[in-house]
Amino acid sequence: MTDNPSENVTRRDFLKIAWGAAGALALVETGGVVLSFFSPRVAEGEFGGMIEAGLVDSFAPASVTPFTQGRFYLVRMPDGGFVALYRKCTHLGCAVPWNPSENRFVCPCHASAFEMDGQVINAPAPRPLDRFAVIIEGGMVKVDTSTPIQRDHATDADLVYAEVP
Amino acid sequence: MTEPFDPRPEDLKQRVWESIQRDELPPKDDRGRMRVVMNNLVLHLHPSKVAKPTLKFTYTWGLGGLSILLVALLAVTGVMLMFVYTPSPATAYMDMLALQTEVWFGQFVRNIHHWSGNLLVIVAFLHLLRVFFTGGFRTPREFNWVLGVGLLLLVVAANFTGYLLPWDQLAYWAVTVGSSLLSYVPVIGEGLRNFLLGGPEVGAATLTNFYGLHVAIIPLTLMGIVSFHIWRVRKDTLSIPHKLDGTIDGAESNQVEKVTTLPHLVSREVVFALVMTGLILLWSMWVNAPLEAAANPDHSPNPAKAAWYFMGLQELLLHFHPVFGAIVIPALGLGALALVPYQRFDLSAEGVWFRSTKGRRMAIAGALSALVAVPLLVVLDEYVIDLPAMLPTIPTLISNGWIPFAAVLLLVIGYYEGVKRVFKATACEARLSVFVLLVVSFVLLTVIGIAFRGEGMALMLPWEVL
Ligand code: FES
Repeated sequence: MTDNPSENVTRRDFLKIAWGAAGALALVETGGVVLSFFSPRVAEGEFGGMIEAGLVDSFAPASVTPFTQGRFYLVRMPDGGFVALYRKCTHLGCAVPWNPSENRFVCPCHASAFEMDGQVINAPAPRPLDRFAVIIEGGMVKVDTSTPIQRDHATDADLVYAEVP
Repeated sequence: MTEPFDPRPEDLKQRVWESIQRDELPPKDDRGRMRVVMNNLVLHLHPSKVAKPTLKFTYTWGLGGLSILLVALLAVTGVMLMFVYTPSPATAYMDMLALQTEVWFGQFVRNIHHWSGNLLVIVAFLHLLRVFFTGGFRTPREFNWVLGVGLLLLVVAANFTGYLLPWDQLAYWAVTVGSSLLSYVPVIGEGLRNFLLGGPEVGAATLTNFYGLHVAIIPLTLMGIVSFHIWRVRKDTLSIPHKLDGTIDGAESNQVEKVTTLPHLVSREVVFALVMTGLILLWSMWVNAPLEAAANPDHSPNPAKAAWYFMGLQELLLHFHPVFGAIVIPALGLGALALVPYQRFDLSAEGVWFRSTKGRRMAIAGALSALVAVPLLVVLDEYVIDLPAMLPTIPTLISNGWIPFAAVLLLVIGYYEGVKRVFKATACEARLSVFVLLVVSFVLLTVIGIAFRGEGMALMLPWEVL
C-alpha cells in the first residue's frame, strides 16, 4: 500500500466500477437477446438451391434465358461460355430486365445498364451484376442459387464451358 | 366513538363529477382558469399563462399544434385499419381491395390515414423551418430542437414502414429501393438491411417486421418523444416575436403582457384544430389514396420511384456514388441540422423573422442561388459531364463520389465565405443563407425527382411525366 491515493482504487470506486460493469453487461445481454430474437430465419438454399436449367444444346450462343423462379438469367455468350446472372440490380435492388433490341440489361429504376456478361456500361450501379455458380455435368447446366457471388469486374474467368466431347 | 362522516354522502352525482373534474367549470376568474389548466390532464401540457405576443398566428402558424392533431387523426384511423388488415403477402392486397369496396367508409378512413401521414411530413418540416427562421432554437431550447429533428426522422420512418403495407407495386419497389440504401453503410450495412427486411429480399418477413414497426414501435417512441418535446416547450416557453428594430411584435410597449392559457390559447387551438380537421375530411372525401396493381417481385415498374419524401435522396443517387448519395451527404446534412442550435447566435435576432434586414436579403440570395445552381448542375451532369466515362481507370467511388462531392462542398464553402465578404454578413446571417440554399436545393431535387423524371429516370417535362 502506498500513501498516494490516486494509485489506489478505494472501496467506493471499486463498487462504482463493479456496478457500472454489471449494468453494461446486462445491457449487452438484453441487446443480444433482442437482436437474436428478431434476426432473420434464413432457410438453407434460398431460391431453391440447385436448379437444373436445361441441356447445354438447348441454349443458343449469344442468348439470354430468364429463370423467374430462380431469379436469374442464364446467359450463353457468343463463344459458348455460360454465366448465371442474379437479376437484382447491384445499385438499389430492382429487378433488371433484359432488353434484346439494345442487347443489354437496362434497370428501370435509375437507368443502370449492363452488358450481356453483367459488366456495367452505365452507372450508377457500382459493380457488375452478381452471379451464381454454374456447373455443367453430363451436358446438363445447373445453377447453384444459394449464394450470389459479388465481383468487381466481369471477366472471362466467370464463364463456364461445356467440356468438348 | 363515531366514524368520521363524509360531509355529503348522499350527493352521488356531484361526488362522481368532482372526482373526475376537480375545478369548477366554467372557471369564474383568472385564478380558476389557471387551476383548470394545471389540474387537467390534457391542458396541463400547457403552462397556465402565456406571453400574449406568442399567440400571434403568423408567428407560429399553428404548425406544432397541427402536427399533434395529425398524429391524433393517424392514431384513430390507424387503429381502425388494424381491424380489417392482415400483414401477410397472401392477404394484404386483398384486404386493401376489400377495404375499398366492402368495408363501410373503408376508403374514406384509409384516405384520412394516408393524407394525414403525408401531410404530417410536410407540416413537421415547415414547423422546423419556422423555428429556424425565427431563431426559436436559442438557449434554453437547444435540446428541444434536437428532439424535433429526431421526431422528423420518426415521422419519415412511420411513413416509410406504412408504405409497404398495401403490398402493391409502388409499395414493393419503393421499399426495395429505400432499404437497399442501407446496404451501402460500410461494414454493417448489408447485415442491417437483412435484419430489417428479415431476409435478403423484400418478402413475407419484411411485411411482418414493418407492420410491427409501423403499428407499435414507431408510434410508441413517437408519442414518448412528443410528450417530452411538448413538456420542454411548456418549461422553456415560446420565443417571443420581435420586429426588426427589436421592439416586441404584437405589443404596445416592450413590456410583455401575460394572459391566461384558458381561454386565450386553448380557444384558438380548438378553432384551428376544428377547421383543419374539416379540411382534411373534405380532402379525403374527394381524393383517394393511390393503390397500384398487386406487388410483383419479378417486374419493376418503369420508372420505379421511391416515396415522394425520398425523391430528393433518389435524385442525389443519380448524381453521386451511393456511398455519398445515400450515406455521406444525408449524414452530414442531418448532423449539421442537429448542431444548428449550438452554433454562435446573435442574441438580438431571437424572435425576428430571418434574423435582420440583411438576413432577409441573404435568405433570398440563398434561395435564388439554389434556383440557378441546382437545375444547372442537374442538367450538366445529365448531358455533359460523365466523370466515370472520362476517368475510366479510376474506381467510381472516386470519379463519381469524391470528386463531385468535393466540388459541391467547395461550392458551398465558397458561397458561405462569399456571403460574409461581399455582403458583410455576420456568421449568423451567412449560415442562414447557406441553410436556405441547402433547403431549397433539397426541395428542388425532390421536385425534379417527382415531376421531371420519366421513363428510365430520364429528364422530361412535367406533362410527360405526371
Ligand atoms: S436499382 Fe438499378 S439502377 Fe438503381
